[in-house]
Amino acid sequence: MPDITATVNEFVNELKKRKIEGSQTTSRLAAELLRSVISQQRLPYTNQAAALIDAVKAVGEKLIAANPVELAVGNIVRRVLHIIREEDLSLTTAAIGGLNVAGTSDDDVDDDTDDHPVLSAAAVAAASRSTLRPPSLQTLLEDIPVTTSVPPPSSSGGESEGKSKSADKSVRSRKLKHDVIEAVNELIQDIATCHEQIAEQAVEHIHHNEVILTLGSSKTVLKFLCAAKEKKRSFRVFVAEGAPRYRGHTLAKELVARGLQTTVITDSAVFALISRVNMVIVGAHAVMANGGIIAPIGLNMVALAAQRHAVPFVVLAGSHKLCPLYPHNPEILLNELRSPSELLDFGEFSDCMDFGTGPGSPLLHVVNPAFDYVPPKLVSLFITDTGGHNPSYMYRLIADYYSPDDFAVQPKPGS
Amino acid sequence: MGAPKKPGIRASEDAEDLARVPLQAILLADSFAQKFRPITLERPKVLLPLVNVPMINYTLAWLESAGVEEVFVFCCAHSRQVIDYLEASEWMSQPNFTVSTIESRKAISAGDALRFIYERNVIHGDFVLISGDTVSNMSLNEALKEHKDRRKKDNNAIMTMVIQRSKPSPITHQSRLGTDELFLAIDPETMQLLYYEDKDDSRKGTISIDKTLIADNPTFLMHNDKQDCYIDICSPEVLSLFSDNFDYQHLRKHFVKGLLVDDIMGYKIFTYEIHSSYAARIDNFRSYDTISKDIIQRWTYPFVPDVKFFGNSAVKLDRQGMYRASEVGLSRSAKCGPFTVIGCGTNIGTNTVISDSVIGEGCTIGSNVSIEGSYVWNNVVIEDGCKLKHAIVCDGVMLRSGAVLNPGVVLSFNVVIGQKFVVPAYSMVSLLEQPTNQDSDEELEYADNNSDSDVASDEVDERYSAEVPEKDKCTAYEVGESGAGYIWQVCDGVHEEDWRHSVAPIPDEKLIELMQKVDLDTEDNLPSSGELKPELNSNMSDDDDDDIEEVQDDTSLFQKEVEATFLRAVHENVAQSHIVLEVNALRLSFNMTFLDCASALFYSMIKLALDTPHNSSVDLRTSAAALIRKWKKLLKGYLTSIDEEIEVILKFEEMCLESKELAPSFTQLLHLMYDEDIVQEESILNWAAEKENADEKDKEFVKQAEQFLQWLKEAPEEDDDDD
Repeated sequence: MPDITATVNEFVNELKKRKIEGSQTTSRLAAELLRSVISQQRLPYTNQAAALIDAVKAVGEKLIAANPVELAVGNIVRRVLHIIREEDLSLTTAAIGGLNVAGTSDDDVDDDTDDHPVLSAAAVAAASRSTLRPPSLQTLLEDIPVTTSVPPPSSSGGESEGKSKSADKSVRSRKLKHDVIEAVNELIQDIATCHEQIAEQAVEHIHHNEVILTLGSSKTVLKFLCAAKEKKRSFRVFVAEGAPRYRGHTLAKELVARGLQTTVITDSAVFALISRVNMVIVGAHAVMANGGIIAPIGLNMVALAAQRHAVPFVVLAGSHKLCPLYPHNPEILLNELRSPSELLDFGEFSDCMDFGTGPGSPLLHVVNPAFDYVPPKLVSLFITDTGGHNPSYMYRLIADYYSPDDFAVQPKPGS
Repeated sequence: MGAPKKPGIRASEDAEDLARVPLQAILLADSFAQKFRPITLERPKVLLPLVNVPMINYTLAWLESAGVEEVFVFCCAHSRQVIDYLEASEWMSQPNFTVSTIESRKAISAGDALRFIYERNVIHGDFVLISGDTVSNMSLNEALKEHKDRRKKDNNAIMTMVIQRSKPSPITHQSRLGTDELFLAIDPETMQLLYYEDKDDSRKGTISIDKTLIADNPTFLMHNDKQDCYIDICSPEVLSLFSDNFDYQHLRKHFVKGLLVDDIMGYKIFTYEIHSSYAARIDNFRSYDTISKDIIQRWTYPFVPDVKFFGNSAVKLDRQGMYRASEVGLSRSAKCGPFTVIGCGTNIGTNTVISDSVIGEGCTIGSNVSIEGSYVWNNVVIEDGCKLKHAIVCDGVMLRSGAVLNPGVVLSFNVVIGQKFVVPAYSMVSLLEQPTNQDSDEELEYADNNSDSDVASDEVDERYSAEVPEKDKCTAYEVGESGAGYIWQVCDGVHEEDWRHSVAPIPDEKLIELMQKVDLDTEDNLPSSGELKPELNSNMSDDDDDDIEEVQDDTSLFQKEVEATFLRAVHENVAQSHIVLEVNALRLSFNMTFLDCASALFYSMIKLALDTPHNSSVDLRTSAAALIRKWKKLLKGYLTSIDEEIEVILKFEEMCLESKELAPSFTQLLHLMYDEDIVQEESILNWAAEKENADEKDKEFVKQAEQFLQWLKEAPEEDDDDD
C-alpha cells in the first residue's frame, strides 16, 4: 500500500507540473496506475465491487484534480470504473444464475465455480446484455437494485456457512479482481494499439493525388498518413506550423523522412490555401459528448475555413479521448493558458512590463491558450479505433464506454 | 537489509557516485537584508505570501521540478517559524526530493550561512545556491551541463551565474525590480564573467574598469542590459572559499567581486543566460509587486495560481486573467477587474471595485471599497468605503470604514486603522515600535535585522504583547481613532529613497528626475566624442569592434584621469609643477603621447568652464577665458610643436560642436589663445587649411573664424611693414 500511494503521488505530481504531455501517454500511464491500485487493493468480504470503485474513485479524484485540463485522465478513470461495474454485474448475474441452479443444496456453493457450463453461459449472457444494453432509463433503474440486492443473502448467511461462504467470497473476489485486471489490461492494450487501428483505415479515406492539410503535430495523424503512404497512395500534405509551439515543423520533418511530399505553411495561410485542399485531417486533444472537440489552438479557424470551402474536416481520435462531459464554457474551463514566453522573449519585452512607471498596471497582456474548441457542426467525420463516426453519434459511443454513474467523478468530492 | 549485501551495493553506488552525485541545493531562507521591514519583524520573508502562496514554495517547487534531489534550507531569522512551516508542509514527504533544515541563529550574512554549512560537511558535489525568495521556471539541465563540462576542462571554473536579459534602458532596473543598474563585462566566447558592478555605492554613470581587464582579455562585452537572477550553480570549492575568507559576507558584493579582482587563485565565474524562461528575485517591495504581476501574467508557468504546484488551493482562471478560488462570495455589483486574484473564502461587498490586486484568503471586504494595485493578505477586514491604492496589507489588519491608504503604504500584521484615517504615502505601520537603537554601523549594511531580530524580536514581541493593551488606553497610536499601530519614522537618508522600493509606481516627477539624472550623468561623463557610447550598446556591436573599443576605452579613461587631476589642482590649488608631474605619470602609465595630454588638459579646462554655473554664453566665455589665462603655462608645457596645437584646436572645435553654448564663443576664445601665445598663427592657419577640404558641416567654425583668419593672414604683412 505505501508503495502504491507513493506512485500515485508521483503521478499526481507529474500531472500537476504538466510534465506529462500527450493524451495517449497520459491515459496509458493512468490506466497502468489504476491497474496497480486495483491489484493492491485488499477487498472486504462483502461488496467488493463497491470497495474497488471507492478505491479507484479516490485515486481518480486526485488524478483529475491534478490536471483538470487533461481530460484523458478522467476518461480512463471512468472507463476503469465502468469496467469494474460491468465485471461485477456479470459476476453477480452469474452468481444468481448459479444460486438458482444449485438453489436447493446451499451447503456446496463451491459448485459455483466448478459449474462452468451453466455459469459461463449466464455470464456471457449477462456480459453481452450489459455491453449491448442501450442507455435507457429502464436499465439504469434495473441496474441499481441488482448490485444492492446481492449482498444481503451472503451477509445473512449462518455461522455454519461462514467458512464456505468466505471461501466462496475469496474466490469470487479474486475472480472479480482478476477479471477487472484482465479488462484493464485490454484497455491498456487498446490504448497502445489505437494508432495502428486508426491508421488501418487510412486507405479508405486518402485517395490518389489528394492534398491533405493538417495543423501542428499529432502522432495519430502521422501514423495515419504514413499508413496511407505505405499502401502506395501518393498524395501531398500541407502542414500548418501550429504557432506558438511550431510542432508542425517536427511533423513536416517526420513526413519528409518517410518520403511524403510535404509543404509547410504558416497558420495564417490556411485560408488562402484551403481551396486546393481535398481533406483536412487533424488530431484532437479530447472529444466531447456532443461531438465537439478540444483541439490544439488554431483548429477552429482551420475548421471554419474548411467549412467555407466545403472541405471535409476529419478528426482522428483514439477512444481514450472520448470524454463523457459536455463542453460548458469550453474556452475557459477546458483550456490551459500557457506561459507567454512561448510567444515573446521575456528580455525583449521586459520594458513593456515595467510596473514602476505609468499607472502601475501592465499595458501588455499576453494570452496563450493551448486549446481551441471546434463545435460539432464543423466536424465532418471522426475516425476512432472502432471506425468512422458522425459527430452526432458520439453520445452513443460514450454510452458504450462509460456508465452514467461515473460521469461526475470530480464534482462531488465528498461522496 | 542483510549486512553482507551492503558492500556490493556500496561498490556499485560508488561507481555510480563518480558519474552522478545527487544534485543538491542550498536555499537561504533569509535575505540578510531589511528591505521588508517592518513585516519581517514578525514573520520571515520567505513565508510572506506571494500571490497567496508563501514565497519559499515557489523556490522549492522550482528546485524540485528542475531535478534537484536534496535541498538544505538554511534558516536564521525566525528559524522556528520556517522550520515549523516546512515540517507541516508537503515538502517533507516528497519522493526523490528531500528537504532538510539547517538552523543557525548566529549568522548575520550569507557568508556566515555558507561557512556554517561548510562546517556541517553536507555538500558533496555541485550545488545550486539560491535564496528563498527567488521565483523561476528555468530548466537547469543545460546550465548544469555547461557548468560540468567547463569543470572538466578547467577546475577553476567554480561558479555559473544565471543572468537574464532585460530592456537596455538606464531606468529599467529601477522601475522594474527596484534594484540598481547592473554592469557586467562578459567574454562573449566563453561567457566568463569579468566584471560585476551593481552600482549601489558608486556614483551613477561612471564605472571604472581595471586596466588589467582590458589588457588580459582580447575581447569582452560590456552589458547594462542584463539582470542578475541570483541563481548560482556552484562547485564545492565555493564553500571552502567562504570559510577561507572569513570577511566574505555578501554573495555579490564580496564573493563575486572578490573572486573577480583576486587573480591569485585563478578561480573563474561564468554566466549562463536564459532567454524564454523566467527567473527573478524579490529584493524589495517593488520587485514584490513586479514579480506578483509577472506570476499573474503567467510568465512563471507552470508556477501560476491555477496550477496546484504546492501548498495552494484550487484556483480557477476566469476570463481576462481573473483568478478566483473556491467559495468566494462576490456581490453582483462588485467589479473585479482583469488580473486580480481572489483567495478562498473571501467575501466582497456591493459596488466594490478591485483591479490589479491580490486578495488573500478569508478576507472580508465591505461595500463601496476601491482596491487598486494592492496586496491584501489573509484574514483582512476592510470596512465600507475604504480606498486602497498600491498598498501592502498584511494578515489580520483591520481597516475601519472610510480609511484611505495612499500609494506605497505598508501595514504590518494586525494593525488597525481608525475611521476615515488617511495613511500618508509610503508610510510603514506596525504594531511594534520602531527599534530606536538603529545601530547604523557597518555591520548593518548586510547583516540585517531580519536575522538579529529573531532573538530581539522575540523579546520585542513579548514586551509588546504585554504593553499593547496599556497603550491602547493611552491612545498613543498614531493611526486614527481606535486604531492600533505605530507609523515608522523613516530616517532622512532613507526618506528620499522611499519611492524607489515601494509597491507604488514611481511618481511621474520622480521618473522625470530619474531620467534627467541619468541623462545628465551620461552627458557629463561621456567624453566629447562619445567614446562611451559603443560600450553602452556593446551588445549590439560586433566582436570586430571590440579592439577599437578598447583603444577608445583607454583614451577615455586617460582623459578622465587627467580631468580628475586637473579638477583637483583647481580646487586644491596644487602647484602647476606637481600637476605636470602627475599628468606625465599618467601619460606614461597609459602609454599616451604629448598630443593626448594636451588635448586632454584642454578638454578638462573647457569642461570645467562648462560645468561652472553660467547664465549666458558671455558668462561662459569669460569663465573659460579666465581659466585659459590661468592655466596657460600648464598647457603650454605640452604644446611642443604645431601638431599639438592643431590637435588642441581640433579638440576645441569638437567640443564646440557638442555644446551649443560654447559654439558662439569659438572665435573669441581662439583669438584669446592666440593672444596668450598658446597657439601660434601657423597652427591656426594650418588648421584652417586642413578644414578646407572638409564637408560643409565641418566648416562651420572655419566660417565663424573667417574674419579672424583673414586678419591673421594680413597681420604678418602689417608686422613686416612695421619692421
